[in-house]
Amino acid sequence: MANLLLLMSNSLIYRLDWLLILIYLLLVAVGIINVYSSTYNESLNSIFDFSQLIGKQLLFLMISIFLGLIILGINIKFFEHFAPISYILSIFLLGGLFVFGKTVSGATSWYDLGGISFQPSEFSKLGTAMMIAWYMGKFQSDIKRPRTLVTITIYLLIPSILIMLQPDPGSALVYSAFYFPLLREGLNFTLLIIFFSVLALFFISLSFEFIESIGIIGIIFLIIYFVLKRFIRRIKIWPLLLFLIVSIGFSFSADYIFNNLFEQRHRDRINIFIGKNVDVQGVGYNINQSKIAIGSGGLKGKGFLKGTQTKGDFVPEQQTDYIFSTVGEEWGFLGSLTVILMFCFLIIRILKRAEKQNSKFRRVFSYGVAGLIFIHFFVNIGMSLGIVPTIGIPLPFLSYGGSSLLAFSLMIFIHLNFDANRLNEW
Amino acid sequence: MIRKLFLPVITLLTALLFVSRLVSLQLINSSYKSLSDNNAVIESEIFPERGYIYDRNNKLLVSNQPVYDLMAIPENIAQFDTLLLAKIINLSKSELKDKLSAAKQFSMKLPYVIMNQISKEENAIIQEKIWKFRGFYLQKKSLREYPNPIASNILGYVSEVNRNDMRKDKYYSLGEPTGRQGIEKYYEERLRGVKGKKFFQKDRFNRIIGSYEGGIYDIPPKGAQNLILTIDLDLQQYGEKLLKNKRGGIVAIEPETGEVLSLVSAPSYNPNLLVGRSRSKNYRILASDSISKPLFDRGLQAQYAPGSPFKTLNALIALQEGVINSNTTYNCNNGHFYAKGMFMDCHCKNGTYNNLLSGIFKSCNTYFANIYRKIIDESGDGVAEGINIWRKHLLSFGLGNYLGYDLAVGKKGFIPDASYYDYWYKEGGWKSATIISNAIGQGEILTTPIQMANFTAAIANRGFYIKPHFLKSVSNGDFKKAHEKKTTTIDSIHFETVIDGMHKVVERGTARVAGIPGIKVCGKTGTVENFMKIDGVKTQLTDHSMFIAFAPKDNPKIALAVFIENGYWGSRWAAPIASLLIEKYLNGEVKRKWLENRMLNGSLLAEYEKPFSGKPFIINE
Repeated sequence: MANLLLLMSNSLIYRLDWLLILIYLLLVAVGIINVYSSTYNESLNSIFDFSQLIGKQLLFLMISIFLGLIILGINIKFFEHFAPISYILSIFLLGGLFVFGKTVSGATSWYDLGGISFQPSEFSKLGTAMMIAWYMGKFQSDIKRPRTLVTITIYLLIPSILIMLQPDPGSALVYSAFYFPLLREGLNFTLLIIFFSVLALFFISLSFEFIESIGIIGIIFLIIYFVLKRFIRRIKIWPLLLFLIVSIGFSFSADYIFNNLFEQRHRDRINIFIGKNVDVQGVGYNINQSKIAIGSGGLKGKGFLKGTQTKGDFVPEQQTDYIFSTVGEEWGFLGSLTVILMFCFLIIRILKRAEKQNSKFRRVFSYGVAGLIFIHFFVNIGMSLGIVPTIGIPLPFLSYGGSSLLAFSLMIFIHLNFDANRLNEW
Repeated sequence: MIRKLFLPVITLLTALLFVSRLVSLQLINSSYKSLSDNNAVIESEIFPERGYIYDRNNKLLVSNQPVYDLMAIPENIAQFDTLLLAKIINLSKSELKDKLSAAKQFSMKLPYVIMNQISKEENAIIQEKIWKFRGFYLQKKSLREYPNPIASNILGYVSEVNRNDMRKDKYYSLGEPTGRQGIEKYYEERLRGVKGKKFFQKDRFNRIIGSYEGGIYDIPPKGAQNLILTIDLDLQQYGEKLLKNKRGGIVAIEPETGEVLSLVSAPSYNPNLLVGRSRSKNYRILASDSISKPLFDRGLQAQYAPGSPFKTLNALIALQEGVINSNTTYNCNNGHFYAKGMFMDCHCKNGTYNNLLSGIFKSCNTYFANIYRKIIDESGDGVAEGINIWRKHLLSFGLGNYLGYDLAVGKKGFIPDASYYDYWYKEGGWKSATIISNAIGQGEILTTPIQMANFTAAIANRGFYIKPHFLKSVSNGDFKKAHEKKTTTIDSIHFETVIDGMHKVVERGTARVAGIPGIKVCGKTGTVENFMKIDGVKTQLTDHSMFIAFAPKDNPKIALAVFIENGYWGSRWAAPIASLLIEKYLNGEVKRKWLENRMLNGSLLAEYEKPFSGKPFIINE
């Protein structure tokens, strides 16, 4: 191993994206500090106590970096061969949960490996990213072609449905991240419009009574009609009317889906988000506590280990899904701003380097990694700030959770490898 | 191109959205900051023990007693013997169950009062068995205790603040004790001290997980002060005993200092009634007694016509205005005609000639009617100016306005002026004869017993008084006693004749019963006509018995006013009671047991029944 590294080093060291490595190390450091603070208690003797959360997290960080270094030394051709295997492996792991999985708070999402839990849904993100990239990289693939679109959709649906069944709808939602690489590769924009229309219709239907919803939808369509009329002289009315009828039908069924197919906790979360039944002590508790914690941070924050909300354990799952509230409380506006800017930099940096790839496989993979990080960043911080409904997914590199840290680290290191070797076609 | 820029742009827009949200949460909206403090920090208040109250000789009047509240935290309650607990705390089983379910409804995690104010004795029993009841505990509180159940009208009482009080004064939180009435109210801030604060870090289950920031924000409580009152416990106690089964008031003042030695109001109540569990029930009973009005301080709030004692003031004014001198003499024939067909009675026999001295000690109505007319007619230019000059002198004795003593209740009394009579009789429509009743302390004048005691003190001081007050000093902390000396508008040379007259009242005048061997007592009796509306008809009741006095004559140590409602003539009740109090205060013991017994055992209850009997009744019998 050491020999291999030595051999590589001469050229690799110069080709590595050191800026990205720096941001990565900064983010994991911020993560360790805040997980330490969130889980701090008097009984903690050493941060290397592996029976404690912080010790486990450090262990996983070391494993991540160790595996990362190995990845940097692997020939990039290997990944192309390995991609379908990793995908199939992750699907098997997801499927195996229904037999061997451990149920924690209602969701069967973990394997118990003697004290250390392992969450396959985190690794299936990597596997899926590999698979999508691999398939897109094949010379006959073209996302504009229905055949490719259908195949990709199936590849995405298999893991997301398996995860939905755990049930862990938050993690399933993450697969929408692959929308971004596909869009980059030429996915029809109409799909984007339909996607957002469906989302908007869903929320309109839930926020208002059925009759009101029809009124609102009608008004929107009239506006669209007159706007379109200005630009297109001979507009056909029939497609629009059809669209209107489909919308109303959807609006009606949204009510049905919401009331009959969703579980109460999902309904509650969405209700809170759209402002119905705001109940501070009830389901809105998490969001409210998180906002209080962040708001109380002020400009400079209360300082490391000084967060009263954090210490008092007011924000549930603070070390995982609500880690950002610790950042907000203890490091204030300046700390939060820094974290947000680091994520922005990370995502844009990956995208910028991905654009330089001449291999479609590697470009789509890096794009997928950036998309995954973006979705987690958007949903997780948005949730902590009360902008996005409560969806329990971790903040990459910061949240407590070995599987998540390891999976995202591997993605970063694979991207680093791809990036460093983008001119090498051995 | 647009496809390449899509995700970077979305990322930046997201970041912008987050940052603007952070700005609004962290930099602009401060409401989240204080919420956090409330949320994670328990503020625990530390109360200094409420100050004790002592009398002028450092005898204890008010102290504190510990009581206990039986608390329960529903979450911690295990299976227990409901019947046994109910028996111990004197509740029925169903009452206990109701309380427990109320506690559960309130909160599973927060303490709830199951039984409040358990006495020391009950506490001992519960303490012994509390180990059997997991989730229950006793919480110590402090209540007022009165070793001598007296002076409730002065001391006032303590009760828990309500929401209204909290709105008025942000210092309090619900359930804290606060003084109501009397000294407890007036000196609330000295007695309560300033509560301190201790901050604890808590977790989301409200469990305390340690002191907050090592206690650097904790505020130690500021000690409460013990008060030393001007009241003489023995005198007060004696006064209250003497007024048993009577209605009225006693105010005794040390003339030199203005210190109130005793303020008795009868009927009164036992201050222990307004302590503890039955406080509100007892208070309702006291407050609803509209006939004997135990919560009404007759010494401070009752306004009576002053009666004959007022003659001393008229004499002083006449002397000051120079309308008479001490040798001015008037003839009295069982009274006199002060106007055509208008006769004023007097008990002086036909053909009596009185000078000022004998006018006072015989309390001759004719004499004072004449000098009053001279004051009104001759001291100024016309009756209007005359009455205003007369009024000015009276105001300088503290009449007609609040005295400004340190208790929250009081009445102004009333001294009429020219505009008052102009209103009633039209300008120029009245003469000195019209308002002649003022000469003998009847008419329109109203005074409170403390005002009368105060002007008696001013006479005793030969021309000044110190604002009466109840607080002598405090045991600790800052206290500056500075009561201004108020000089009357009467020159001190005029006092001697009047004081001689008052001395003669006791020596050989209307109040010989008030004489004490070895003490030169000066006094003046009064017999005050009074009326009451019974079924809408103004009915005359038995006269009030009134006496003012000070002693010793040359170096006055005590000045007092005694008022016994419907006690008939002055020397029947008021004068002997005043005299006994003087003897008690100056000699420390009372030798005239016969008089003492007569006063202690005497009762006017039958007299007070009369107006309410519904039958015609005889007065002044």
